[in-house]
Amino acid sequence: MTVSLAIPSKAPQRVLPGFRLSLGFTLFYLTLIVLIPLSAIFLKTFTLTWAGFVDAVTSPRVMASYRLTFGASLLAALVNVVFGGIVAWVLVRYKFPGKRIIDALVDLPFALPTAVAGIALTTLYSANGWIGRYLEPLGIKVAFTPLGVLVALTFIGLPFVVRTVQPVLEDTERELEEAAASLGASRLQTFARVIFPTVFPALLTGFALAFARATGEYGSVVFIAGNMPMVSEITPLFIVTKLEQYDYAGATAIAVVMLVVSFLLLLTINLLQAWSRQRGRVGKV
Amino acid sequence: MAGSGKSDMSAVISTVAAVDVTPVSAPRGEPAYAPAATLEPLWVRALLILIAFAFLMLFLFVPLIAVFYEGLRKGWDVYISAIVEPDAWSAIKLTLLTALIAVPLNLVFGVAAAWTIAKFEFRGKNVLLTLIDLPFSVSPVISGLIYVLLFGLQGYFGPWLRAHDIKILFAVPGIVLATVFVTFPFVARELIPLMQSQGSEEEEAALVLGASGWRTFWHVTLPNIKWGLLYGVILCNARAMGEFGAVSVVSGHIRGETNTIPLQVEILYNEFNIVGAFAVASLLASLALVTLAIKSFIEWRLHHQLTVHQAVYELNHQPH
Repeated sequence: MTVSLAIPSKAPQRVLPGFRLSLGFTLFYLTLIVLIPLSAIFLKTFTLTWAGFVDAVTSPRVMASYRLTFGASLLAALVNVVFGGIVAWVLVRYKFPGKRIIDALVDLPFALPTAVAGIALTTLYSANGWIGRYLEPLGIKVAFTPLGVLVALTFIGLPFVVRTVQPVLEDTERELEEAAASLGASRLQTFARVIFPTVFPALLTGFALAFARATGEYGSVVFIAGNMPMVSEITPLFIVTKLEQYDYAGATAIAVVMLVVSFLLLLTINLLQAWSRQRGRVGKV
Repeated sequence: MAGSGKSDMSAVISTVAAVDVTPVSAPRGEPAYAPAATLEPLWVRALLILIAFAFLMLFLFVPLIAVFYEGLRKGWDVYISAIVEPDAWSAIKLTLLTALIAVPLNLVFGVAAAWTIAKFEFRGKNVLLTLIDLPFSVSPVISGLIYVLLFGLQGYFGPWLRAHDIKILFAVPGIVLATVFVTFPFVARELIPLMQSQGSEEEEAALVLGASGWRTFWHVTLPNIKWGLLYGVILCNARAMGEFGAVSVVSGHIRGETNTIPLQVEILYNEFNIVGAFAVASLLASLALVTLAIKSFIEWRLHHQLTVHQAVYELNHQPH
């Protein structure tokens, strides 16, 4: 032990004890809790014929649910990029009363159970709710329509953009902005040419995270959506419906499609994060 | 700079690194000064703050207030009686039991995984990291579905379980399993970056001084990671108590037996018992607020701790 300490080599050194024990336990628990259960989904899919699988994942009702789920998730993530970006900017750059409380409350959608968020939003946005009653005369119906899905998914994705953009904004160097200003750039030009390019990768990462979260969301949406087949039925709900009809194979087939999409999203997010780290490093040097 | 034993090099590096480290240790948020050239006009600032406020108001504050308002609408007596009503009460007990099993399990796993990943170099580390994150990217409904496929009557273990008269699906064990799956990464996720940033110089020193492995863990590692650990635990707990989708699929919705608090909220709401639903929901909303309060407090502690460690770490591990 003393020998390996004396030479702080770059070669893998296992000075600390417990490698076998901790790795063994980690792999065992991971396999038991995550890998075996997840593999059940793929095993079950193999009980379907290819034609059966294609039928199950492309029926008109499920296609309508994909359009709603991915469309609303995309829109909600975009809304969060715009407003979450503004919230992050305001929290980092400006001083105003109540800032710390607001900063803490941004994480509420992470902490508040989705069912609670669901019933609260439904009550607020229904025709006689606190917010819905002002929208109703304008002819805007939110609760029990696809618009309600958008509201719920915006709530769910709210913290992602704020929390990915905030640290990047905190790290930006004001000196660069000063330099831009002293070279004659207007504030708007400085924002477009100096600040925005620095924050862009973080915005994109936040967008992808919010989008990924929204596509799988269930609890907050089922209350507000109204759940009409072909109109306001999201894909996760359709999986539940299939299960309630004991169509396990059909439910699993759709689940596989959702899983593949979320793995692709996970991959994209990892690439984005690597890219944004690289950008950060280049920016600093 | 406790563990810097790299003499000549680190002297050079530390002067370089010192410049790099300062922004990290600067107070969060406001810069020390804000020259007018990099400040927007007053009306722009006011407008942006107003937009941010309106957005958060509409999507965060009003829904939160509505939960408590609707729950208390008919007074405290109705509120209290909605919570101590037998079905709600049994839902509360089941939720506590579930969290009491799921959180410690994932806590032990989180510590083991973080120790493995942060303290050792081995092949396939990135794959392991991705696999640990998997449950986060799976829809809650699918998390529930996998247990139906495993333990349901038509499931892989269904016939065997039935022959031995063991109930997992639509019973308490299924709810616990689904919750463990959903909250699987929380503790590990918080601990891994924290322990990676801390390095292992302190543990190595303890071992050289003759402490055993466990002793080193208890007296050196654990005190160093306690805030991160607590952070992971409260987030894990919040999710364990609030999980809806996965639990809803495996629970079977048997009143007074397999309903957790979120499922009880759903049932009451669908029966148009709005006050009852919001009264029970307000328990979960309070839990969320307490979680956020503790979280903010720990972030403040952790930020301080992380800053110190990061400074030391960056001094010792500057790329050459």
